[in-house]
Amino acid sequence: MKDVIIGLEVHVQLNKLNSKLFCGCSTKYHDSEPNTYTCPVCLGLPGALPVLNRAIVEAAIKVALALNCEIAEQTLFYRKNYYYPDLPKGFQISQYDYPIATNGKLVIEGDGERQIRIKRVHMEEDPARLVHKGPIERSKYSLIDYNRSGMPLLEVVTEPDLGSPKEARQFLNKLRNILEYLDVFDGSLEGALRVDANISLAGGARTEVKNISSYKGVEKALSFEIVRQKNLMRRGIKVVQETRHYDEARGVTISLRTKEEEKDYRYFPEPDLVPFKVKDKVAEIRKCLPELPDAKRRRFVKRYNISEHHAKVLTSELGLANFFENVAAKVGANQAATWIADVLKGELNYRDLDISAFSPEHMIQILHMLEEKNITEKGAVQVIRTLLDKGGTPAEIVKQKGLLKVDEDVIAKAVDEAIKENPAAVKDYHAGKNEALHFLVGQVMKKTSGKADPNVVNKLLREKL
Amino acid sequence: MITKKDVEHIGWLARIKLSDEEKEEFTTQLNSILDYFAKLDEIDPNVAPTHHVSGVVNVFRDDAVKESLDQKDVLQNAPKKEEGFFKGPRIV
Amino acid sequence: MTSISEIKKRMKETSAEEVVQSLFDKIERSKLNAFITLTKEQALKEARKADKNGAKGALAAIPIAVKDNISTRGIRTTCASKILKGYVPPYDAHVIGRLKAEGAIIIGKTNMDEFAMGSSTETSFFGPTRNPHDLSRVPGGSSGGSAATVAGGEVPIALGSDTGGSVRCPASFCGVVGLKPTYGLVSRYGLISYANSLEQIGPLGCSVEDVALLLDVIAGHDPRDSTSHVVKKKRYIDELEDDVSDIKIGVPKEYFEGVDKGVEKAVWDGIKLLEDMGASYSEIGLSHTKYALASYYIIAMSEASSNLARFDGVRYGLRLKKDKDWHTTFSEIRADGFGEEVKRRILLGTYALSAGYYGRYYLKALKVRTLIKQDFENAFKKVDVLIAPTMPFTAFKIGEKIDDPLSLYMADVNTVPINLAGVPSISIPCGFANGLPIGMQIIGKHFDEGAILRMAYTFEKHVEATE
Ligand SMILES: [Mg+2]
Ligand SMILES: [Zn+2]
Repeated sequence: MKDVIIGLEVHVQLNKLNSKLFCGCSTKYHDSEPNTYTCPVCLGLPGALPVLNRAIVEAAIKVALALNCEIAEQTLFYRKNYYYPDLPKGFQISQYDYPIATNGKLVIEGDGERQIRIKRVHMEEDPARLVHKGPIERSKYSLIDYNRSGMPLLEVVTEPDLGSPKEARQFLNKLRNILEYLDVFDGSLEGALRVDANISLAGGARTEVKNISSYKGVEKALSFEIVRQKNLMRRGIKVVQETRHYDEARGVTISLRTKEEEKDYRYFPEPDLVPFKVKDKVAEIRKCLPELPDAKRRRFVKRYNISEHHAKVLTSELGLANFFENVAAKVGANQAATWIADVLKGELNYRDLDISAFSPEHMIQILHMLEEKNITEKGAVQVIRTLLDKGGTPAEIVKQKGLLKVDEDVIAKAVDEAIKENPAAVKDYHAGKNEALHFLVGQVMKKTSGKADPNVVNKLLREKL
Repeated sequence: MITKKDVEHIGWLARIKLSDEEKEEFTTQLNSILDYFAKLDEIDPNVAPTHHVSGVVNVFRDDAVKESLDQKDVLQNAPKKEEGFFKGPRIV
Repeated sequence: MTSISEIKKRMKETSAEEVVQSLFDKIERSKLNAFITLTKEQALKEARKADKNGAKGALAAIPIAVKDNISTRGIRTTCASKILKGYVPPYDAHVIGRLKAEGAIIIGKTNMDEFAMGSSTETSFFGPTRNPHDLSRVPGGSSGGSAATVAGGEVPIALGSDTGGSVRCPASFCGVVGLKPTYGLVSRYGLISYANSLEQIGPLGCSVEDVALLLDVIAGHDPRDSTSHVVKKKRYIDELEDDVSDIKIGVPKEYFEGVDKGVEKAVWDGIKLLEDMGASYSEIGLSHTKYALASYYIIAMSEASSNLARFDGVRYGLRLKKDKDWHTTFSEIRADGFGEEVKRRILLGTYALSAGYYGRYYLKALKVRTLIKQDFENAFKKVDVLIAPTMPFTAFKIGEKIDDPLSLYMADVNTVPINLAGVPSISIPCGFANGLPIGMQIIGKHFDEGAILRMAYTFEKHVEATE
């Protein structure tokens, strides 16, 4: 038996679609004034009725297929009845019996490959956004913005197959990766992904940590929870089954007075929506599925003959993979893989940028210059950094910074000068002292302001000495 | 038979605060109505439940954006509001 | 009573404005308490506009009253409840859009049982509506205001809603015509839900012709209601023929059990009259009728308990001065805002859906619903329409049944099975007992409103129902 057992309920916003789940309000509400993307339906006004967005059902099927799920023959929506200030109707339209998909799996790569079972995937509507003045437990009132209300959510529920906070994070990264490949999800938007995590230690009760809203948060919240539970056990205190709230700012989980329990939700089929049979759509949707990360990774290794590691990094984001293929079409694939996966990706991460911040054309130009030995590797890195920090074109930067490699005539001249100016070193060299050669190389580099190719300098010095 | 305590719990689930007299009265009334509902205990039909009487399936709308309401109209009915937000009660 | 054609005649003789003004004069003097809100200013403005520009549409310049659970943009909509205090919808229900498109003039919002929960219009926060035939009696409910105002000659037509008889019951008690359409014929968009899977908006009027005309305006597919049907649009008004010779009537014997003698006789007289007109009839069994009432109330209350959860004072409606924590705040608002009958139904519905009881109550009720539906399907293999008393008795005294909820529920025994099955039914006056009107309901197949309207029309032409 594992020491730590973790199961996740991941809520992802299908925010790449145009309109909300049950109404025509736009999904592009992020960074807008509160309550400007609402209508009678998503405000839960009396008399308003939901009508299901077809594209969201299709997107849900896409995701479910990518997660290797079985798609339901017939599916329908239920009402989950509970009260909370962010819930405009006093119930959430969700799925219960007959969810759209069940029994999937997702392979994650950590230390070796691990298969995580997906229990179910279902659709539901997002509640509104609550804003508090100060911490939730001290705020005198709540402010409510319904722009988020009715956003399409997909809830992906795993079996308790995850063995560590790190694995939980790997799972989320992989899930996000797939969702972005399917073009239904933009993970960079606020509130795009929210996680409830169930966690228990061997011999202890299970707690549910709610309200985790970032990838990093998952690992932190779960690590905190493990330490908390271990401490309790060590002191002989029983871990109680409860719901805890993750406080992102403080990095702790706090016990929340329990709201309704599962048995209090009074699920029943939503009478305002009719059932839908989607089975006959599945084949068609499957045909249109794009190449998914695992398949792409395998193809990269095979087709471009690059390392498994590079392929993994390059396919970890769709944008990065496409970037690589663009570049690899024009320059050597191995060269491209190294420079994109190792150098460029590192520079982007350092600046918290994504691949859209860099043009594949520029990468091609830089790699061409390297291939033709017009710049040094060091120079190439400098070009990349300058492009990211200041912009411009590679050619301009090379010119401005004088990064163009000096040609052999100039180096030869500098070599002659260095030999003439340092007779002692020449003597030492002939006496077999290797350091003397290093010294002379250094002198030549100094004369060429570091732009000479060290290999060429070495070669010429040996010849002339 | 449901008890006064059951009525209290149902009141909590339904978010309706009940006075003591109401709890008493509803316990009696609810029991007599539930007694009547027990008529259904007489049968155990082996048929599918009718959730939707029309039998219609697959009703969708296209993923097209429609204009939302003006913020002014949205907030016009709000008993309490602040800076474009609805003002709700505190959580804890 | 004042029919549409009478109104048209008077408007031609004088003006739309004068006619509308005269209706308001009458309503303002009225003892019926049929209205919660009057829209006099706007109505008169529209009447003047019609006088000036000429009126257009199927209901050109025709005054209409609308039940106060149908959302009207800019006009307060209360569901006769304190909890919707001050609520003015920012949008129109589908049917309101249709009325406006056809030129109708809305003169006000009518009284009703709170959230349409009742059969007497006594549970309104705005006080009971009275029956124009006897002011000490109820008008029936829950669309009591709509039926009473039509019966009182204050307005020619009105809209009601029928979840378990709420159009037909008051039509019967007030002696007017009221129709519950097939589930899905009329869009529910904007109708404040009591029990979504059961209810339809329905027309009330003083003649079958007026009801058919109003149905023509409000029926039809609406993409904003997922349960709205796409049916080929035909004009019901064109189906009103004085001919029932090809129609086979079924008489469900279960619907005559425990019915008052006077009511039973009037309905049988009606059936005999139709026989004289060439229709044939046979007795028929709807064997699961005895389970209909329990099944209906369980389903309606369950759905209601969820539908009414949205009334929390955050976005609209009643809010108490001082907020506490959210749980206490919501609980106190709802305690103060809902009347006793509404609370009772919410509690029962909450219970019927709760863990451990779902199977015994809610799920069982839905299975019984299947049986009831099958009863009708089997009956309609043999006959074209069914005829039965709408209500087992005539209008009762205000206050007579209000303290015994169960006995009030029992009054709906003949109307609720129709909603469970989703079929259409029309209630038409068929006589009087002790000076009080009696209603006879004609029940049809799904979307066969044409047949029941034709039968009702023929009956109306030939019956001589006098007090
Ligand atoms: Mg959920
Ligand atoms: Zn909306």
